[in-house]
Amino acid sequence: MDFGLSEEQEHLQRSAREFLERECPATFVRTVMSDPEGFPRGLYRQMAELGWAGLVIPELYGGLGLTLLDLALLMEEMGRAVLPGPFFSSTLATLALLQGAGTAQKKEWLPRLAAGDAVASLAWIEANDRLDADGISVRARKVRGGYRLSGTKMFVTDAHVADVLVVACRTGKGEEGVTLLLLPGDTPGVIIRPLQSIDQTRRPMEVELRDIELPPSAVVGGEGKGWKVLARVLDAACVALAADSLGGAQKSLEMAVEYAKVREQFGRPIGSFQAVKHMAAEVVSEVEPARSLVWYAAYACDAVPREASRAAAMAKARLSDVYSRTTNRAVQIHGGIGFTWEHDMHLWFKRAKWNEFAFGDATYHRERLARLARF
Amino acid sequence: MDLSFSPEHEEFRRQVRAWLKVNVPKRDPDESLADYSDPKRIQRLKAWQRKLDDAGYLAMGWPKEYGGQGADLMRQTIVNQEFVLARAPQQIGMMGILMVGPTLIQFGTDEQKRRFLPKILSAEEIWCQGYSEPGAGSDLASLKTRADLVGDEFIVNGQKVWTSNAQFADWMFCLVRTDPEAPKHRGISYLLIDMKTPGISLRPLIQMTGDAGFNEVFFDDVRVPRRNLVGELNQGWLVANATLAHERNMLGSTTRTQLMFNGVLRLAQTRERYGTLASADPVVRQRLADLMIRVEAMKYHSLRQLTDALKQRPLGIGASVNKLVSTELNHDIAALALEVMGNYAPLARKSAHVIDRGIWPYEFMFTLGLVIGGGTSQIQKNIISERGLGMPRGS
Repeated sequence: MDFGLSEEQEHLQRSAREFLERECPATFVRTVMSDPEGFPRGLYRQMAELGWAGLVIPELYGGLGLTLLDLALLMEEMGRAVLPGPFFSSTLATLALLQGAGTAQKKEWLPRLAAGDAVASLAWIEANDRLDADGISVRARKVRGGYRLSGTKMFVTDAHVADVLVVACRTGKGEEGVTLLLLPGDTPGVIIRPLQSIDQTRRPMEVELRDIELPPSAVVGGEGKGWKVLARVLDAACVALAADSLGGAQKSLEMAVEYAKVREQFGRPIGSFQAVKHMAAEVVSEVEPARSLVWYAAYACDAVPREASRAAAMAKARLSDVYSRTTNRAVQIHGGIGFTWEHDMHLWFKRAKWNEFAFGDATYHRERLARLARF
Repeated sequence: MDLSFSPEHEEFRRQVRAWLKVNVPKRDPDESLADYSDPKRIQRLKAWQRKLDDAGYLAMGWPKEYGGQGADLMRQTIVNQEFVLARAPQQIGMMGILMVGPTLIQFGTDEQKRRFLPKILSAEEIWCQGYSEPGAGSDLASLKTRADLVGDEFIVNGQKVWTSNAQFADWMFCLVRTDPEAPKHRGISYLLIDMKTPGISLRPLIQMTGDAGFNEVFFDDVRVPRRNLVGELNQGWLVANATLAHERNMLGSTTRTQLMFNGVLRLAQTRERYGTLASADPVVRQRLADLMIRVEAMKYHSLRQLTDALKQRPLGIGASVNKLVSTELNHDIAALALEVMGNYAPLARKSAHVIDRGIWPYEFMFTLGLVIGGGTSQIQKNIISERGLGMPRGS
């Protein structure tokens, strides 16, 4: 029995923290936030050189072939650093390719993704904001020579810089009527309109698909097999995002505690007041068990497939709540300065809100858990 | 990360489970866990403890030379967990085995070890803990019960309170003030007091559950031989704190929480609430799922701590939240059970139409006691923030 990290994993996490503290401090995050594209290409290339872009891609395709737990540890550090850019979007699309793509597709895309020469994104949600298979309504009509695609996808992060999109389309009824199609970003008829998020480290896009024709070779995982692939990717997405939240919550706590030790009012550090220190203690009492939950969920995705969905739902539900609550307390402990644009606290506060709702909020995942556990 | 147990430990678990299957006595379902008013029950529990000793499941963590099993942490954990799962009776000599025994092993003289340890194991002598006083609760170190050294004897005067099981305990391990001039933590000593000594009197306190578990204990010129001092004079605070760290029963306690959650889930799946099955109500489902997530998180959290302990890593800040989180979680689970039951919730043990023999309102009360006892949630938050986060102490 070993519920802990290996030496390699501890090293990965430590070196990721050092790298991001050096290369992605809050000042850097802010320059990316105010940049219209929001894609720090130089940093992304460095990350790819460290092997991060190909972390979960098999060595055969130029990656490191590591596990989801390794990815979660990396995501934790990225959340800590409120890392901007398409890493998360591209990783999810990569996971979809790993789950469903044929050899030719893998050969075409995985080495480029691993090298950081290409980025990808997953287009699945629509204006109805549903998270189940029935929410997917964008039609891929069968025509001679392939599919004709029309409709609009929403909240596609980093679509504007994606070389390729994995698009969930409807080719029939129900879960068996969902098909994933590989769509190069520069295909004529792909119209991308940016949405503005309060969390400027994320770049959600509205993607209109106007009469696009794709060959049968664009199908990922077989026609009608899209939801099966997607379901596993969404579990992984929940775990990865929960890990991002965990890292962000930990960092927010640390910032608040450090501030409370030095800020004085009534002639003493505010951290000596129980009203303040108990807020911090309550955060610790939520964050520490949550860390164990995230580790387990990642491990379950790697090694206990029958528990993966349940564990992912638990991790996403818990961290949705915990990250938002933590940043709320952290802003309050900072007082007025925490409400300013000038102080960095709002970067985490806003990221918490993005993380809370993306891929389903706590309420959604608790109900999902209730069904999976047959309440 | 690998959550499988070694074949050797799996085999051990099978043995424990098989032994429990044959040996756990059938429980009277109406019997309250904390009620020791029936002397026959005390005799039964003493016999159970001797049976555990014979079978090799008592004092798992004590070294063999002192009559323990000298088991590794993994085996201790397996025994804790399996005993909870089998709903085995609690150990009546728990205070001796978990608290005073390890203290004597660490700080006791050879004579003290020889005199006391065997009878702790055999349940011939039951121990109670004399820590809290009317004026010393959360601020335990301000305790005032005095022990004045006169010749070879301490003369003890004062009062203890919330003393569980004092009504049938043979001995008390007790914190007393031996130097009123010294700073409060440095004037305390750790004494072993024979409960039959003249000058000791008891007044039972009835808990809100109706159980008579607590007592007030009064000391009026009670003479205690100097040889019953454990550790150095005025070093009692250190001695007492060293043994608090001995208790590492986490996986057992998360297993208990798990069983309680299973209970409330079953309840929700069988009870109608305002005309629909409780477990079909969206709000109840949300609350159940939230509790389930918190229960599971603590389960993995305890595995993480067990791993750290096996690797002999220091207890991190993660361990400091155990008491706060698990006691409040238990209470929240019981609270949801009551909500599911509606007007049936407050029905007491012997009432007509009572559900589950009244265990839920009982647990609801009992678990709030655990939120307070052993350091209130507020004290826990002080500890987490001051020792864990290094936040400044209040003035």
